[in-house]
Amino acid sequence: MQFDPVLAESDLILKGIWLTIVLSASAIVLGCTLAVLLVALRTLAGRWAGIVVDAYVELMRNTPFLIQLFMIFFGLPLLGIRMSGVEAALLTMTLNLGAYSTEIIRAGVESIHKSQFEAGVSLAMTRRQVFQYVVLQPAFARVWPALSSQFVLMMLASSICSFISVQELSGAAAIVEQRTFRSFETYIIVTVVYLVMALSLKVFLLWLGRKLFPQVSGLSRLDAKAEAA
Amino acid sequence: MQTFGWPEAMFIFRAAGWTLLLTAISFAIGSLIGGAFAIMRLSRIKLVRNFAAGYILVIQSIPVLMVLFMSYYGLSIIGIELPPFFAASASLAVYVSAYLAEIWRGSIESVPYQQWEASASLAHSPAQTYRYVILPQAIRISLPPTVGFLVQLVKNTSIVSVVGFVELSRAGQLVNNATFQAFQVFSLVAVIYFAICFPLSRLSRHLEKVMNASRSH
Repeated sequence: MQFDPVLAESDLILKGIWLTIVLSASAIVLGCTLAVLLVALRTLAGRWAGIVVDAYVELMRNTPFLIQLFMIFFGLPLLGIRMSGVEAALLTMTLNLGAYSTEIIRAGVESIHKSQFEAGVSLAMTRRQVFQYVVLQPAFARVWPALSSQFVLMMLASSICSFISVQELSGAAAIVEQRTFRSFETYIIVTVVYLVMALSLKVFLLWLGRKLFPQVSGLSRLDAKAEAA
Repeated sequence: MQTFGWPEAMFIFRAAGWTLLLTAISFAIGSLIGGAFAIMRLSRIKLVRNFAAGYILVIQSIPVLMVLFMSYYGLSIIGIELPPFFAASASLAVYVSAYLAEIWRGSIESVPYQQWEASASLAHSPAQTYRYVILPQAIRISLPPTVGFLVQLVKNTSIVSVVGFVELSRAGQLVNNATFQAFQVFSLVAVIYFAICFPLSRLSRHLEKVMNASRSH
């Protein structure tokens, strides 16, 4: 095994790492925003809005990411909407993660006791205010672990964007492989990079969860346990 | 230029059969490996436990695409040239094994600890305890998440199109390259995936409800 030819192309790999990070971070922020809006729509708006949101979620959750990507990258131009590979990748990742997060956050909102809603309404808050100020934060806190693993899965799934020749980490790997003919070495290095990125993201999200939801979540209980020990 | 008609649609439908076969085979192999890892993960010997935990952590922290490339090129470097179908099944089986091991470990752990003690006090060996006491209960608990994972597997078979195996997604790509009617082609492909996955999702949710009902007594 020879790693030198592969390491000589480290520029390309570093660029790939950067694009993977940018794509994943943007998709997480945008996808989460989309999910909160959809959950709000589902909770606050009428029955029809709920049905539309549910249909969207089921559609995205029961078709492969790859096909969604192809649909957007190859399909949308036929409707006159042209976009680059990176834009198509970001849009697909956002829509995909948005659907999964909607399902997760919805479960969180439903786990909040009805009395919280009633308490809010009895303080003359509107339903939107109750959702925004009373329900949303504890709901998020409860599902943060599930949400975190979904974010990590999305980061890993971003590798599929190499199918439409986006040069994120996997895409960069494919080019390095073609230049050096060192397939196995290339993919060993890239796999290790993914491993490090996924583990770092997990640790970061755990830390972020403790920062964002110090008092409500089970995360703080883990902290307390660690301190007691 | 070719247009998207019946022959093309039939080609895609036939490829869907390969997707199902790929799912079935990788699930079968993966569940054997995964079951072994689930039990190793709960072993009394620390080294075995840590090895299984490490395997699960690594496979779950790298993209399926990388699992595919690693086993594809890894096997060819030690001189084994597998046809695409077997290479694809083998690498998907590795992916399946890590996730199922984790799901099943959770199911085994959620069987109350007193069941182990009761079984031990009846002088059962560890193997007998698993066979007659723990697994029958753990399997019930594991059914909903296992079926749920099956949905993930069906969707992830789409990735093996990259090693040239013609399953549903690859068939869609080929037809799209010939006809340029991306919307029709990928809509049909998406509908077929949906038709496979949606009933499974529903079944998983149904099983979950049934189990919860029986547990609340």
